[in-house]
Amino acid sequence: MSDTPIDRVAKATPPSVASKIRGLSDRAIAWLFVLPTIFLLLAVNIFPLIWTINLSFTNFRANRPNREVDYIGLRNYERILTDEDIWLTMQATAHFLFWTIFFQVLIGFTLAWLINRKFKGNDLWTTLIVLPMMLSPAVVGNFWTFLYQPQIGLFNYGISFLTGIDPSSFQMIGDVTLAPWSIVIVDTWMWTPFVMLICLAGLRSIPDYIYEAAEIDRASQWRQFWTITIPMVLPFLMLAVLFRGIENFKMFDLVVQLTGGGPGSITELTSINLKREAFEKWRTGYASAYAIILFVTVFGLASIYVKALNKVKER
Amino acid sequence: MKSAKLLAATAFVAASGLNVSLASADELTLCWAAWDPANALVELSKEFETQSGHTMKFEFVPWPNFADRMLNELNSGGKLCDLLIGDSQWIGGGAENGHYVKLNEFFDKEGISMDDFAPATVYAYSTWPKGTPNYYALPAMGDANGWFYRKDWFAKPEIQEAFKAEHGRDLAPPKTQMELLQVAKFFQGREIDGQKRYGAAIFTERGSEGITMGATSAMYPFGFKYENTPGKYDMEGAVNSADAVAGLEFYKELYKTSTPPGYTDSYMEQSLDAFKSGQVAMAMNWFAFFPGLYADPDTGGDKIGFFVNPGQLKEASTLGGQGISVVAYSDKQDAALEYIKWFAQPSVQKKWWNLGGYSCHVSVLNDPNFADSAPFAADFLLAMDGVMDFWQEPAYAELLLAMQKRLHDYVVADKGTAQEALDKLIEDWTEVFEDEGKL
Repeated sequence: MSDTPIDRVAKATPPSVASKIRGLSDRAIAWLFVLPTIFLLLAVNIFPLIWTINLSFTNFRANRPNREVDYIGLRNYERILTDEDIWLTMQATAHFLFWTIFFQVLIGFTLAWLINRKFKGNDLWTTLIVLPMMLSPAVVGNFWTFLYQPQIGLFNYGISFLTGIDPSSFQMIGDVTLAPWSIVIVDTWMWTPFVMLICLAGLRSIPDYIYEAAEIDRASQWRQFWTITIPMVLPFLMLAVLFRGIENFKMFDLVVQLTGGGPGSITELTSINLKREAFEKWRTGYASAYAIILFVTVFGLASIYVKALNKVKER
Repeated sequence: MKSAKLLAATAFVAASGLNVSLASADELTLCWAAWDPANALVELSKEFETQSGHTMKFEFVPWPNFADRMLNELNSGGKLCDLLIGDSQWIGGGAENGHYVKLNEFFDKEGISMDDFAPATVYAYSTWPKGTPNYYALPAMGDANGWFYRKDWFAKPEIQEAFKAEHGRDLAPPKTQMELLQVAKFFQGREIDGQKRYGAAIFTERGSEGITMGATSAMYPFGFKYENTPGKYDMEGAVNSADAVAGLEFYKELYKTSTPPGYTDSYMEQSLDAFKSGQVAMAMNWFAFFPGLYADPDTGGDKIGFFVNPGQLKEASTLGGQGISVVAYSDKQDAALEYIKWFAQPSVQKKWWNLGGYSCHVSVLNDPNFADSAPFAADFLLAMDGVMDFWQEPAYAELLLAMQKRLHDYVVADKGTAQEALDKLIEDWTEVFEDEGKL
């Protein structure tokens, strides 16, 4: 009997599991293992989604289980899409999304670029910079309300120190013009470190020999930055934008703690508005339609974005 | 043998009795908001525990989360609360959605008469549909929005002199809303004892009910009404009448000219803090807090005075307060009803007032000594004579959130005019009542 490597591997390979369980093929056993997961997914993801779509065509209210439920067609969708206040919350959300991502990418990338240059105390600075993202959003929201307090808040005193204006002469979270920026500042403060870490990973993944080759070709620092650093970090940066975009689209806790959606409804983001409709006004059917519209919006935007991300990766 | 039988019989009866008493001793959970009167109720309920053998457990939720927490509990058919001291506006939903036990039969059986309670409180806290003899709660805690002020500052000769020079009259607790504004403006930014002070702490909170409770305190005296004809939901010309618009414009002026900086989202706690920290000369808040304020070692006693919400075209105050209901989902309804029977007794109601709770029982309120029993007691009686409440409909939460939004948008966020805010409010409310099938 030969004792080739192939024979030894054949001997070491255990017999098919299926042969131990009579009547079941390997494929059937695989299904047996996968089925509970599929069932769980159907139960917690797909069924609620279908149920929500169904509810969105009704006037159902969860706090009135005994009331007759009527199918009202597209009335909920029509109401939402023609409601001026809903569009204002969409605008508030868009403003928040755009500026938080803009500042977080700008500052996050700059910090990563600086941290990536080896210097003394590099690790300590990295640790200090990432501290805000380790805090709870509710805690951050709460203590920033104190920082923004016009009479005793450090933020106002800081601005006063730098500009000389009276600290109690402006209200970051009470002023219609400043309130949308107050939530952008806090979110940027908290989540820029996250973008920085992703960018840092991107920067550190660029092999040194590429820069060395560029040096040999006498490429300037500026040219190296634009033709090597940026293109190679871009997929990481886009991933960070995707994460932050999804997170901030559903932003709730931080803003509720900070402004509660006010003054008026200036900082009422869609998630806050949706929560009010669903769990304070108990308009379950209406809120379901609202949720479906948001889902379609996010899904659509995310799909387009992921396609763009894949194209960048392929380059 | 005879004595042995007697002994056995005695032992059996004793054992049965013990058994009965053990079986009927329940642990009752009473749910309410976390505030001063709740502590007084804990103290008061010790007597019930001693008398009945039941034990009392309390679930107190801070005001900003109270409605959310408790309404979710009721809507989900939760068994957390056996007794609930729920806000007056919940009575419609409590009754129509079957959350509260109807108490008529129980009242008749136990001889509890609603005539023994102040009519305004019975109407507001107990009845649904409004004003009909269908009772879902026993009036438990009378309350209204009132005012308190720094009596010591008002008495300062230099302040008196300055006010007289400016306005040609003595500085005194305001009798009208316009006087209130005048006094508040006078104190705004004024230096007293070396510190900058402000005019008034008012309600501007956005999330729950704050700005509605505050603004209606100004709007009711100016003539704001919910309907032209009670029960008809005819809001046009009532909600947005010229007087109602004037009332809302007045509240905005009070907010813009007389409140401390950053006072954009303030309710009960913030009002108390502003007053106790010496920031403001006057503050609005619920009468429920007045015993605690009077007892405060720094700003209470001789330093504090109280006054009823000033009138303008008429005398009116925003109603607070609650009735106590038995939760329909409770497994201990008999014991809960026992508590209500005990609580309704005149002697218990008297103790309730003495401990700092606002009794609604006529034997307490009509007592000749009542008005002098506390520095704010007479004002409480005045306030309860002219209370007005928000909608108590089952859809009250939707109606309230709409008003919160429209008022905050106009008063704090400077969006549109008072007329537009109230016109839009009618649109919102009309939509709700249409959904409810009432319009």
